[in-house]
Amino acid sequence: MSGGPRIAVVTFPGSNDDGDAMLALELLGAEPFRVWHADRALPDRTAGVVLPGGFSYGDYLRCGAIARFAPVMEAVGAFADAGGPVLGICNGFQILCEAGLLPGVLRLNRQQQFICADVTVTVESTSSAFAGTWEVGQELVIPIKHGEGNWYGNAELVASLEAQGQVAFRYETDVNGAVGRIAGVTNEAGNVLGLMPHPEHAVDALLGPTGGVAVLEGLLAAAVAPAVAG
Amino acid sequence: MKATVLIRPKQGILDPQGEAVVGSLHKLGFPVTSARVGRLVDVELETDNPVEARAALDRMSRELLANPLIESFTIELGDDA
Repeated sequence: MSGGPRIAVVTFPGSNDDGDAMLALELLGAEPFRVWHADRALPDRTAGVVLPGGFSYGDYLRCGAIARFAPVMEAVGAFADAGGPVLGICNGFQILCEAGLLPGVLRLNRQQQFICADVTVTVESTSSAFAGTWEVGQELVIPIKHGEGNWYGNAELVASLEAQGQVAFRYETDVNGAVGRIAGVTNEAGNVLGLMPHPEHAVDALLGPTGGVAVLEGLLAAAVAPAVAG
Repeated sequence: MKATVLIRPKQGILDPQGEAVVGSLHKLGFPVTSARVGRLVDVELETDNPVEARAALDRMSRELLANPLIESFTIELGDDA
């Protein structure tokens, strides 16, 4: 294998983008490995975590609501609290919001439809651990495919996120009704990132846009930096 | 004892499901101006103590059944349901 940072890709029942996340991370030089939702610990030398897209636990109750109580989530929470980089993609973003590791919540798309399309997002902030090579205003084309990607936070929360540079990505146009066209946010410490677009589907020019490379390289950069004690 | 938790989208929160329902009701000729779609969870608790039951239901609603950012909930215990 590559010898790059060891990235845990968590599989929940109903995850379906874990395989692509593995492939994309490997392509970019990481050493990804799988972790099962029922695992209670992350392996030693885990340098980063990806919660992939899908429909964990059938999206029952609300998307992400059941997955946040999966046994592995306690370990993911502890990893994040210790400064470890955690990336949530689509359903992974929904799970991180339900778990309280990221602010806000994802609601049904305003147009009441599942959307599958390449969209342009712009980098809005470089204050997170993921932003190594990003530039504010940089445009990335990455596909979205979701029915519940309509991010919501109240006015007070949005103002505070904007002020603290926690809005990582913004859709160029209003694609799903998300407040402030917000496509991705980070936590206050800047080591947890969630976004609705799928960077793992956008890393190979043969298959379409490659806007996902910058996002995943951000995770790898954060995973190399020794932020986690122990 | 039995209980029912009713979960509703908070006032002012966009409810795409409700809007879709309004659209369909209009097509059927019903002159409605609004519909909001929530969720109903019937729960059977082991306890028969209403105070205990209400406290547990309140906690489970906050922790799992509803997302307080966008949803409100009401609890109806068996007797008043």
